[in-house]
Amino acid sequence: MRFSYLAVLAFCFLGTLWLELFLKVNVYRRWRRLLLALAPTALVFLAWDLAAIGAGHWAFDPRQLVGIALPGGIPVEEFLFFLVIPACAVLAFEAVRAVRGWPAGDEP
Amino acid sequence: MSYTLATLLGVLAALAVDLAVLRTRLVTRRVWWVAYAIVAFFQLVTNGVLTGRRIVVYNPEAILGLRIVYAPAEDLLFGFAMVLLTLSTWVWLGRRGIQNEPRAGRRADRPGERTVP
Repeated sequence: MRFSYLAVLAFCFLGTLWLELFLKVNVYRRWRRLLLALAPTALVFLAWDLAAIGAGHWAFDPRQLVGIALPGGIPVEEFLFFLVIPACAVLAFEAVRAVRGWPAGDEP
Repeated sequence: MSYTLATLLGVLAALAVDLAVLRTRLVTRRVWWVAYAIVAFFQLVTNGVLTGRRIVVYNPEAILGLRIVYAPAEDLLFGFAMVLLTLSTWVWLGRRGIQNEPRAGRRADRPGERTVP
């Protein structure tokens, strides 16, 4: 039970990893660009999360969390969520490009 | 402010970043909508687990009450804003020449060869 939320994140991370390893989307290989792309989203959405928890919009079941919290009471899983899910989205986007060859606007 | 209103503002802000601030104009491109459709499908699956197992619980006062696979409909807007902001930034960085290579579907050691037939 403690690992419920973490297991969902692991499913997302492992479920998209084949795109990097076999389709060669080269997203993790371009890790500096990835980190720069994730940073603004993580900052903005962690601030949103903090405000939403404070306003009582949502809450987490402590029995389904590993029990590590960041300042402000954000569970560590929630912090990881804002890195893992956007990274999965970049992988999916680059996979569509790799397969279909459609332009995205950053072609040389 | 309710979660409903917050997600509407979030979507508008993400659209403003894509169309006016970074000018990546992803929402005018087919590659964005196909990628987003894939992401949204898996969001319904994984967010359905998060909300169906009540790992995350929502205050009924903060949401409309319309639920899709256990999750508040607002979560779709939240996800849209999050993914659009990320991908707009990703493409903007590439446009500025930051790690544009190796491109997707190319081997780093053999960039002339595609991994997809």
